[in-house]
Amino acid sequence: MKVNVKFFALGRELVGNNSLEIELGESDNIKNLIERLQNEHPKFKELKSFVVAVNMEYADMQKSLNDGDEVAIIPPVSGG
Amino acid sequence: MIEITNKKIDVQKVIDAVRSPDCGAVSVFIGTVRNRSRNKDVNALEYEVYDEMAEKMIKKIIEKIKSKWEVNKIAVSHRIGKMDVGEITVAISVSAPHRKDSIPACQYAIDRLKEIVPIWKKEYAVDGASWVEPHA
Repeated sequence: MKVNVKFFALGRELVGNNSLEIELGESDNIKNLIERLQNEHPKFKELKSFVVAVNMEYADMQKSLNDGDEVAIIPPVSGG
Repeated sequence: MIEITNKKIDVQKVIDAVRSPDCGAVSVFIGTVRNRSRNKDVNALEYEVYDEMAEKMIKKIIEKIKSKWEVNKIAVSHRIGKMDVGEITVAISVSAPHRKDSIPACQYAIDRLKEIVPIWKKEYAVDGASWVEPHA
């Protein structure tokens, strides 16, 4: 399956991209995706604190993914 | 009214969006760029947003407020892009029949916005630029 990963703020700067298409195994979850990103983009490991949203809802690391999901890497928010 | 804009925020418009004949109170919060942060002089802030999700999270906050207090309307306008010291970054207005509901609802709106809405700010200080980590 393929997911679309979006990056913002420090995460975007470390990866050097707004978004990436990532091909995953059928049973992969968010944790697997994060490990993939950290292996393929070593600088991404410098992002120490973040949460993940799947299709614009906050999700935990064990959540399984589906083909076509939009996964966002959300560094600590600081709006207002 | 929910607005995420790269233009100057029109505060009067944010207030007018919630005014109503059956409301005796409108509470407003206005956030501005402060010249000092984390013991550094700040020249400017730059905001980035995850648009669609930010709108969705603001809608959730509004629904929650309506379940907790007797309020009429809520308007939120957040500016993104680069702003100088003193400029308005966010404006929130809440109308209610009475102030006992509009005031805490307005406080809740800005507190939750800072916690869950995917917006990020970068501080431009004399010694360089860095992303703000609220709990770091």
